[in-house]
Amino acid sequence: MPSTITTEAVEKTVVDALISFGAEPSEVAPATELTTLDIDSLDLAELSQIVDDEYGVSMKSSDVSKIKTVGDIVALIVSKG
Amino acid sequence: MRDVVITGVGAVTPLGVGARTLHERWTAGVCGIVDGEAPCAEYDQADHFSRKESRRSDRFTQLALVAAAEAIAEAGWGADAGGLPVAPDRAGAIIGTGIGGIDTLLGNYKELLGGSAVSPLAVPLMMGNAGAAAISMKHDLEGPSFGVMSACAAGTNAIGVALRAIQHGEADVIVAGGSEAALHPLTRAAFGALDALSTLGISRPFDADRDGFVMGEGAGVLVLEAGDVARARGARILGTLSGYGTTSDAHHLTAPRSDGKRASAAITIALADAGFSADAIDYVNAHGTSTPLNDAAETAALKASLGEHAAKIPISSTKSAIGHLLGAAGAVEAVATVLALRDRVAPPTLGLETPGEGLDLDYVPGQAKAMSVPDGRQARAISTSFGFGGHNAVLVLEAAEAA
Repeated sequence: MPSTITTEAVEKTVVDALISFGAEPSEVAPATELTTLDIDSLDLAELSQIVDDEYGVSMKSSDVSKIKTVGDIVALIVSKG
Repeated sequence: MRDVVITGVGAVTPLGVGARTLHERWTAGVCGIVDGEAPCAEYDQADHFSRKESRRSDRFTQLALVAAAEAIAEAGWGADAGGLPVAPDRAGAIIGTGIGGIDTLLGNYKELLGGSAVSPLAVPLMMGNAGAAAISMKHDLEGPSFGVMSACAAGTNAIGVALRAIQHGEADVIVAGGSEAALHPLTRAAFGALDALSTLGISRPFDADRDGFVMGEGAGVLVLEAGDVARARGARILGTLSGYGTTSDAHHLTAPRSDGKRASAAITIALADAGFSADAIDYVNAHGTSTPLNDAAETAALKASLGEHAAKIPISSTKSAIGHLLGAAGAVEAVATVLALRDRVAPPTLGLETPGEGLDLDYVPGQAKAMSVPDGRQARAISTSFGFGGHNAVLVLEAAEAA
């Protein structure tokens, strides 16, 4: 069963994932831009898999292309829940 | 034709991290084989890469990057030393591999079979050109960059192709070599099924009791520069890549031609390319795998190409100290040869006690020996590589004049 979607839960999933991809933990915050964290399209493809697995939400590449910040990712997932 | 010189060397091998470590330990008779296999036990990715870089590169790419960084630093191209000596589009990276990112490939297949998602990193990490691509990106090399695949001759072919690219003006400087990280149960079983591996786990090239090769991993990289570019910037020149020859057996999937005819032709072509006669060679860094077939065919090839001179010079196998690095072997052996020529010392063939029948050349058993170099010129060597599929590749190397 997919986990229940709450902003808090999704934010934790996203932050944990970005850190596991190599982002500096102290820099990962909702307002941080992904380029600052050196997060690129390959990382977002991996994140999509994690999110699909955890919440049953599919992030389309057309959605992902508009993402700029960590908070944008969280908002996108929550809006699809 | 432009001459092509070597201004930096780098290696990660079962004898340690660093080209000098390889040279010094092999020359001293240290063996990097443990329990029948030769891993790069002293290599730790955390010493060289961020977490992000580590997960973005298969082990074979990491070994290539570390060897390249060492060679580039020695060449004086480091960011702190002024960077590339030429415009980025005049610099390239050509890296051979036998297998590529097999650990990534098989790890992802395991995930797939277990019902998990396959990583978006699977393709870019497992592709055989990943080593060349990573070096190109890391050091901003915008000229020719690609992988070379010719099994156990790949590292040598990569260096040879790089030589040609510089000679023909496609690039002025190229980071060239080979890398392999294939110590995986599948490769072990696959080479075992071919009866290619030593069942005793002993690498003893040219010995009567040799029974197969010992699998190793590692990378070797050389910085090759057009001589005019290197001299203009006052670079310290380690040696010259004087010639290259490559041929095919067109004979068998795995076995070499027993008469070594096309391997011999590769040596002859390489010598002609360098403009050297056979008796102008002081040392042979042999392919010397420790398989019954290779070491006999290679001896035949050396006799056919070098004639009586073959019996007068030292011939040794790096694989006796580090096992067989497959697609990296030729590149690591080129690095070892450059340093051996500089010191005029032929490192030993370890584990060789009683030469096999008909193997009557000087294989430098047990202990290193001095090369005998005529007055008036620098030491010269050939380094041979032969790959499954019948690929033969030979380099001619010459030490630089002492600075």
